Amino acid sequence: MAKYDKKRIGELIDGTLEFYQLKEMMSSHKDAERFEIYREVLQDRVSWDDPILLPYGLHLYIVQKANGDRIVKCDCGHEFCDYKENWKLHARIFVRDTEEKMNEIYPKLMSPDPQWQVIREYYCPGCASQLEVEAVPPWYPIILDFEPDIDTFYNEWIKMPVPKVKA
Amino acid sequence: MAKILTDDQQKRKTIGWDGKTLKQMRKEMDEVSRETGHYAGLRTLPFKETDPIRFEKIYSKLRGGVVHARETAKKVAASPIVEQEGELCFSLYTPEADSIVTSTGIIIHVGTMGAAIKFMIENDYEDNPGINDKDIFCNNDNHVGNVHTCDVHTLVPIFWEGEIIGWAGGVTHVIDTGASAPGSMPMGPVQRYDDGYQVTCRKIGTNDTLSKDWILESTRSVRAVKYWTLDEKTRIAGCHMIRDLVLDVIKEEGVDAYKQFMREIIEDGRRGFVNQVKTMLIPGKYRQASFVDIPFKDLDLPSFAKLNTIIHTPSEITVHKDAKLEIDFEGANRWGWHPFNATPVSITSGIWVMLSQTLVPNDRINDGAYYASKFGIPYGSWFNPDDIRSAHSNTWHALVAAWSPLWRGLSRAYFGRGYLEEVNAGNAHTSNWLMGGGYDQYGQLSAMNSFETSSCGVGASAVQDGISHSAALWNPEGDMGDMEIWELLEPLIFLGRQILPGSGGAGKYRGGNGWQSLRLGWGAKEWTMFVAGAGVIATDCGLMGGYPASAGYRFQANKTNIKERIAKGLPIPLGGDVDPDNPTYEENMEAEVIYRDRQAVSTQDTFGDYDVIMNYLRGGPGFGDPLERNPKQVETDLNEKYILLRYAEQIYGCVFTEENGVYTVDLKATEANREEIRKQRLERSQPTKEWMQGERAKIINEDASIQVRHMYAQSFALSEKFTDEFKGFWDIPEEWMIYEDDLGVPTLGAHINRFKQKK
Repeated sequence: MAKYDKKRIGELIDGTLEFYQLKEMMSSHKDAERFEIYREVLQDRVSWDDPILLPYGLHLYIVQKANGDRIVKCDCGHEFCDYKENWKLHARIFVRDTEEKMNEIYPKLMSPDPQWQVIREYYCPGCASQLEVEAVPPWYPIILDFEPDIDTFYNEWIKMPVPKVKA
Repeated sequence: MAKILTDDQQKRKTIGWDGKTLKQMRKEMDEVSRETGHYAGLRTLPFKETDPIRFEKIYSKLRGGVVHARETAKKVAASPIVEQEGELCFSLYTPEADSIVTSTGIIIHVGTMGAAIKFMIENDYEDNPGINDKDIFCNNDNHVGNVHTCDVHTLVPIFWEGEIIGWAGGVTHVIDTGASAPGSMPMGPVQRYDDGYQVTCRKIGTNDTLSKDWILESTRSVRAVKYWTLDEKTRIAGCHMIRDLVLDVIKEEGVDAYKQFMREIIEDGRRGFVNQVKTMLIPGKYRQASFVDIPFKDLDLPSFAKLNTIIHTPSEITVHKDAKLEIDFEGANRWGWHPFNATPVSITSGIWVMLSQTLVPNDRINDGAYYASKFGIPYGSWFNPDDIRSAHSNTWHALVAAWSPLWRGLSRAYFGRGYLEEVNAGNAHTSNWLMGGGYDQYGQLSAMNSFETSSCGVGASAVQDGISHSAALWNPEGDMGDMEIWELLEPLIFLGRQILPGSGGAGKYRGGNGWQSLRLGWGAKEWTMFVAGAGVIATDCGLMGGYPASAGYRFQANKTNIKERIAKGLPIPLGGDVDPDNPTYEENMEAEVIYRDRQAVSTQDTFGDYDVIMNYLRGGPGFGDPLERNPKQVETDLNEKYILLRYAEQIYGCVFTEENGVYTVDLKATEANREEIRKQRLERSQPTKEWMQGERAKIINEDASIQVRHMYAQSFALSEKFTDEFKGFWDIPEEWMIYEDDLGVPTLGAHINRFKQKK
């Protein structure tokens, strides 16, 4: 079974691996310790100390707070909400619902028709990163993409203690 | 007569094991597997555990043999679509129709052929018409569980000393099945009876010989007879190679060992799947949705089919604590009078195509995974119609859109666990399909369906761009085919193939780009053409900040002056329509009729020499915020024409200098520009909850187009859960509702309606 060190996982995160290296990773049996190394690399990179429980999206993490809360947090430090809520409801939104706004990103015939579908862009209020894009008909409820079962994951699947805030 | 048949049944020896009928075997297998949670009740794998080398040897022989059968059959006797694109697969089954091992190729059909065998078992084929050694059966009936009419199955039972030991199955995608319009996935059918020649698990041969009545009837029922015939020979050849292989294995290993092996290999597949789920995913729920446009209002169709609507496919993946994978499509809307309906078997079988490339990337693909998963597919929805009249000839149109978000959902798990190399933002909507038929350049009755769609763009991953113009999610061996071969087959000359800038969704890693080909009518005696693609909708989202791939459109010109322009040596349209905001085709020709619009599904139109039609093969969705893309990669994209200059500037925030047509990115200016764009984002956006108040008011006022309201009305009529979630999310009053009957659009065939049932 393949094993990768922190340097290799860091390069994976940075997108600097050559294709033959990625292909090898794809073709090999998965390395069981990947999650812990990955989590450590990401923890080293953020400027805050809240322990990362789960990488939740590009820039987004579910972190443990000292008061026991588990919240969704951006790597810029912006804190959204409890991880069971939909962070998008606490973001900023820009909706492309006219041909003119669509034409900023696609030629006219290559864009969705706003009479059928709109594009919703969700930005972090802290760093303005575009964190998610939805292409849905008008009126569509904002999608809660992912509700992880963190305790089962740690306790029963990878059999590791859930990271705690350092005393 | 009934009495005679009963007497005959009593005399007939059963073909199942230990004197059982096949139906008894199927029933017992379902019961013991359900009760124990293990396939065939196997809590242990004694053969594998005591003699693993022998066990693996048998597996390798069968797997290698099935793959070999596919490769050989497609080269010796296949239609060009099968030979060029690999549009075939073979599988080996247990007597009860559980897949043991499958070939490479379009492995969606592992499930659909299994459904056909199960149909024969359920309908007592053992008694009538009888299942005997050296029989040949054929199926392509959509409502039996086929994907669409053009996927034709050949099924051959395998016997050992008078007892059925399994089935070999082969499927090819044939070019025409005699539907109301030519081509393998025609536009025009809106009912089953338009879908073409459907064969319901019919015995077509005995003693390894096809019946003459079958040969005559089938070849008189389809266009492109030559290819139909070649494909049938391919399937039979492959099935017989697999049958010989199985019999050789039994001679070597003994029938008892083979029987034990087939049970254990499926339970092993089930365990392997569970193990992979625990290795790669995270328990919890993943939600996503896809949409496809049905712009049929102005098409030449029966009045009840003429409406604009949207196919809605929400999905919720639950990864349970015990690693069982469940996918629920509650909220999906109704089947309709269009050829995009599907069956539960076709959507669930297709899911394995992708899972075998990501979650279970090994060769042990069999029905074990089926026993480790669960699906919720609403009755009455577009992929579980409650009416046998539903048409399915172009079901991929809706299926590819429904599947793509599932890979995006699972990618959230891969991302969370650090398996970034497996993340996939989704797949291209593999269209437009360019189809047509008539009397071709050889004077023969023929048909075409351009399989250039096998080479669309792939969704981006979390560490690299999606591969451009190379793949389709339904065919792991993407290949656009050789232009020279297509020109031999189709009365259309290529005026070029070209990458379409910006067709892949933008992102930190962009989706693989799509491309376009331009075809010139040439040589047909009589010909019609049409297209079938997603038009006004991007059929999937991007992932984690990436944009969706671009939507679709069509270009077609009839009665052009290209002949005169060639004679005069003047320029003619060539290559792709690289910037549809600034089109050039029309500058280089005149035509009596030009279609340049979003109507990417059309019905037959006569097509003559020097008429022009474009094929547009789509890109894949992007991953991550485009402002985080390495500016040097944007520079490369621009110089290699994967993106237009204005979008390199607007979407990616890059600033360039240009010299002799070569662009160089100014890194410092780009950094400053990107900072400015981030400021603009915050200025022009608003808090989501604030925006929701305005959107809620629109809902209360029913302010949306008819197609949008119709989509919701259908989902509301089928699903209380979706309705409650919708109303709960927007805080909509109890009395608010949109009903199909109030929209002034056709409602023929709308049977299941919880509002009417309540009344």
